[in-house]
Amino acid sequence: MSNLVEIRWHGRGGQGAKTASLLLADAAFNTGKFIQGFPEYGPERMGAPITAYNRISDERIKIHSNIYEPDYVVVVDDTLLECVDVTAGLKEEGAIVINTTKTPDEVRPLLKGYKGKVCTVDAKTISEETLGRYFPNTPMLAAIVKVSGIMEEEVFLKDMESSFAHKFAKKPEVIPGNMEALKRALNEVQGL
Amino acid sequence: MSIRDRLSGNEAVANAMRQINPDVVAAFPITPSTEVPQYFSTFVNNGAVDTEFVPVESEHSAMSACIGASSAGGRVMTATSANGLSLMWEMLYIASSLRLPIVMACVNRAVSGPLNIHNDHSDSMGARDSGWIQLYSETNQEAYDNFIMATRIAEHKDVQLPVMVCYDGFITSHSIENIELLEDDKVKEFVGAHRPEHYLLNREEPIAVGPLDVQPYLFEHKYQQASGMRNARKVIQEVSEEFEKLTGRKYEFIEKYQMDDAEVAIVVLNSTAGTAKYVVDTLRKQGVKAGVVKPRTFRPFPGEEIAEALKNVKAVAVLDKADGLNGVGGPLFTDVTSAMMVNGVLDTKVVNYIYGIGGRDVKADDIEKVYRDLQEIVSSGKVGNAYRYLGLKGGRD
Repeated sequence: MSNLVEIRWHGRGGQGAKTASLLLADAAFNTGKFIQGFPEYGPERMGAPITAYNRISDERIKIHSNIYEPDYVVVVDDTLLECVDVTAGLKEEGAIVINTTKTPDEVRPLLKGYKGKVCTVDAKTISEETLGRYFPNTPMLAAIVKVSGIMEEEVFLKDMESSFAHKFAKKPEVIPGNMEALKRALNEVQGL
Repeated sequence: MSIRDRLSGNEAVANAMRQINPDVVAAFPITPSTEVPQYFSTFVNNGAVDTEFVPVESEHSAMSACIGASSAGGRVMTATSANGLSLMWEMLYIASSLRLPIVMACVNRAVSGPLNIHNDHSDSMGARDSGWIQLYSETNQEAYDNFIMATRIAEHKDVQLPVMVCYDGFITSHSIENIELLEDDKVKEFVGAHRPEHYLLNREEPIAVGPLDVQPYLFEHKYQQASGMRNARKVIQEVSEEFEKLTGRKYEFIEKYQMDDAEVAIVVLNSTAGTAKYVVDTLRKQGVKAGVVKPRTFRPFPGEEIAEALKNVKAVAVLDKADGLNGVGGPLFTDVTSAMMVNGVLDTKVVNYIYGIGGRDVKADDIEKVYRDLQEIVSSGKVGNAYRYLGLKGGRD
């Protein structure tokens, strides 16, 4: 099943990694794909490491297990690099994208010898400058779309605009900032 | 035209409930079923349904309220999981013996203890002899479809039994997947109106419900109840065929995947059947004649169908997501093996695996190991220990 793309998200409780995985599933669904979006539920508490998953395919997805050999990994919080084996099983022809102020060359030594592509994006700065608060999941969502190429950027942005319009129906003033966060992340990913 | 959507299993079932628009829903929240009454109460609040929603203080009260409302003549639904189902215990038997067609979403979760919120089948398997029809669902689509069909099956005059629609906690209940929904009016037309023959609020026919049933009568009433379960076979088939005409989605007592020439097979319920199919696709490319049998109904038990599917298989593994704790094997295993014997399937080697207990993830590698073990049994002709554990740390298999 070569058209199956598997993505694993690492974040901390409260950062929106689960929501980002569901938004990615939504966006891929809207391009006609079969999708799965699911978190690994554990004792839920703010700040604890959490994992979420996406499968995206042209065919109906039969498998119902967690993902052990992902094509892509998203790290929403770079402090996880010290305590979670984020590259476990990650395919070398795939990529990891990390929210950090560091460059790809600076974080690679923390990745236990991973030889594939390492990408970084400063989601904290982007989020604070566009949204006024730290919501790393919005820029990271754009970053994984860029790194994985699972859909056209224009299609992605158009789809996100309509889903933000739905999600933020009662506070439309936050939509431009969220769109700006996505656009900046698409342009500011390093290591491509 | 169906509606292409992406929903979690709980969202899908809550939407089926919205489309059915039952008279009464009584529920108490428990993970991972909580979202079903939560989403549904939003529909109530928004006026999307005109259901009487009864937020009770325990699951015992939830099922009691369902029993009262159903006895009164209403179409009644609820949802629960694990210890919630345990707390309903006494009332489950009352509901089925009073022949009340209550429909429940049973979002499968491990029954304590030790305390665990994750998926296994110890809750619904514990209720397998409570007189409820049990339908199992691999995906959100199957949970949605089964829930709609359950209403018709439960209310049929030859059945009049409660139905629990089972699907895996978190794996199905909380995962977003593609789904094809029916239009609201199609669902309403399919389920039709609930017209019970006898009900408490019928002023023309005063009746008593639930009086003392002593030695001269109870045996006959239990026989009638068992007849309802036997009759359910015919009704499940008819309703499923009608549903297929409406949707194109075929539902039988069991689903057979690559079973025509299978030499090794797995019998498994719910979401793991999907993972087993995925592994079969891989093994078939390597020339391994592997297949999957997925029971959709567990009560009534499709013994003849399972035996027929397995009669030409050389070795079969029955996977149980609940350890029966009877010292010999899980509940699905004991029912499958007795069905094989009764139906004269004596040459197929059988082995049992307890798996996925307390939410232990079931990997494709785990399922592949089972097929490799079956190949080993075929080549050696020996089963050895038939009561095994899959994915257990530090244990023997």
